[in-house]
Amino acid sequence: MTDTSTDPAGTAEERPDDQHRSAAVVVEGVSKVFGTPKRGQVHALDDVSLTVAPGELVSLIGPSGCGKSTLLRIIGDLIEPTAGSVVVNGKPAHRARLDNDYGMAFQQAGLFDWRTVSRNVELPLELQGVSKAERGARAAEALELVKLGDFAGNHPWELSGGMQQRVAIARALVTRPGLLLMDEPFGALDEMTREHMQAELQRIRSELGTSVVFVTHSIPEAVYLADRVVVMSPRPGRITDVVDVDLGPDRTDETRTDPSFFERVTEVRAALRGIERAERDAGRDPDLDVPHQQGDGW
Amino acid sequence: MRGAVRSILLGLAALVLLVGLWEGYKAIDGQVLGVALPLKADDRAMPHVSTMLERFGDPESRRSERTVGATVAASAWYTFQVALGGLAVGCLVGAGLAAVMQRFGVAERAVLPFVIMSQTVPIVAFAPLVSAWGGKLQLGSGEWQPWMSVAMISAFLAFAPITVGLLRGLQAAPPAAVELMRSLAASSRATLWKLRLPAAVPFLIPALRLAAAGAVVGAIVAEISLGRSGGIGRLTFEYSRAATSDPAKVYVALVGAAALGLAMALLIGVVDAVAGRGRPGSPA
Repeated sequence: MTDTSTDPAGTAEERPDDQHRSAAVVVEGVSKVFGTPKRGQVHALDDVSLTVAPGELVSLIGPSGCGKSTLLRIIGDLIEPTAGSVVVNGKPAHRARLDNDYGMAFQQAGLFDWRTVSRNVELPLELQGVSKAERGARAAEALELVKLGDFAGNHPWELSGGMQQRVAIARALVTRPGLLLMDEPFGALDEMTREHMQAELQRIRSELGTSVVFVTHSIPEAVYLADRVVVMSPRPGRITDVVDVDLGPDRTDETRTDPSFFERVTEVRAALRGIERAERDAGRDPDLDVPHQQGDGW
Repeated sequence: MRGAVRSILLGLAALVLLVGLWEGYKAIDGQVLGVALPLKADDRAMPHVSTMLERFGDPESRRSERTVGATVAASAWYTFQVALGGLAVGCLVGAGLAAVMQRFGVAERAVLPFVIMSQTVPIVAFAPLVSAWGGKLQLGSGEWQPWMSVAMISAFLAFAPITVGLLRGLQAAPPAAVELMRSLAASSRATLWKLRLPAAVPFLIPALRLAAAGAVVGAIVAEISLGRSGGIGRLTFEYSRAATSDPAKVYVALVGAAALGLAMALLIGVVDAVAGRGRPGSPA
């Protein structure tokens, strides 16, 4: 036993290996270049490093084309980084994907119309070869978690947009992954539904202790949900600011009117303004969208 | 259910209207205000509907016990089975081609033009070739049967719509859903069965209708050009050669061919209803 192991803070002396093993996500020096030198390249990400602690929710925010969705997809091993490494759950991202170590939810719920709600939620288990009886039981459990237990036999098109998104979250959670990757999952919902869904996500997260990487365009959403807000700038995509959100683990509707909530919102907004100004000074339109391979939309 | 009754009634009404027009045309003797219309209305060109109906019960020939109606029904049933076999083979081949083309994008550019081109080959020229090739084939213990040539030509007309329709359908899966399957570490086979195929169903049904029509036409034309008797195609051909002496008989064969087409359409309707269960707009 050395001194460091008994150190209650325990972080200062920790070796990088330990950090890799315990963290939910470790992104190190990741760059991504789309295209070829001949046909024109887009530097979607440039030397991005980020660590997500177990149980932590990190929001990624930034203007269109800052590479936040690209970063999320690289963490999920849906696209390969040009340089750098990604470790999820202590394994390379590729291995983690094959092991179903994370669940994913997108802006579109992406449910299969021809399957019932329950069978949509069962899909990840089906692909893992879980038995039918167990699939049904676990899907029912996941649907209870998003409060849709009564809709198991319905078809997706019979549900509202918010309910469909909850089904998608149940599907992402049904394998009980330690990590959720979410790409603007509430982006297409109206404001009231959206706030309700944010509260639901907080509840689920505190119940399950799931780590979350959450991409969003909305500053209040980023602050309300996150333990840390990571602010990114475009061309090339890189992390410019990290805002710690010290609002405690229990976020309620009162949180939204808390003065320190507004302070953090102001802080994130200032960081985004700074990016906007820099973009303008560089003679670029900060709202300009880059080619769709960057993954901001489909 | 009420919708089904309604469409049956509408169908019957259309039939009555058709008979009415036919007999009406004959009643005015193909003339309006003394001016002769292009079609002659005499009994040789346009026999009475009642004569056609009578012919159903008449014996096939002087020596035969069998009625014309029974012969037509048996021939139509025979051709239906051959066309169904052709459709099945066409679906298998078409689906296989589509799956390969979807999996390997290069194959699509290489194969699709040939698929389209294949449909312009005249069957009349092609049928004897198929028959000749078939005769040289050894099928394990069995021999190549002449009806197999007919089924092959039927399949030849059926596979192309399936390939084109299914290929479009397989490519119609939303990119978001494909990405989801990838995030779930689904194999490409699992993605095909659980995502691409179900997503292709709305494209597959119209393709199946075209293929079924192609299979029927292929079987009938192949029977005629191969001189293959026993089916409705050859029977129509024989009856039409005798049309100068007995014009009503041809129409009995035509009714048989139409019934064959209807049966095929009905079958696809059932497939449509089964495959469409649990989809938006379905009653279930």
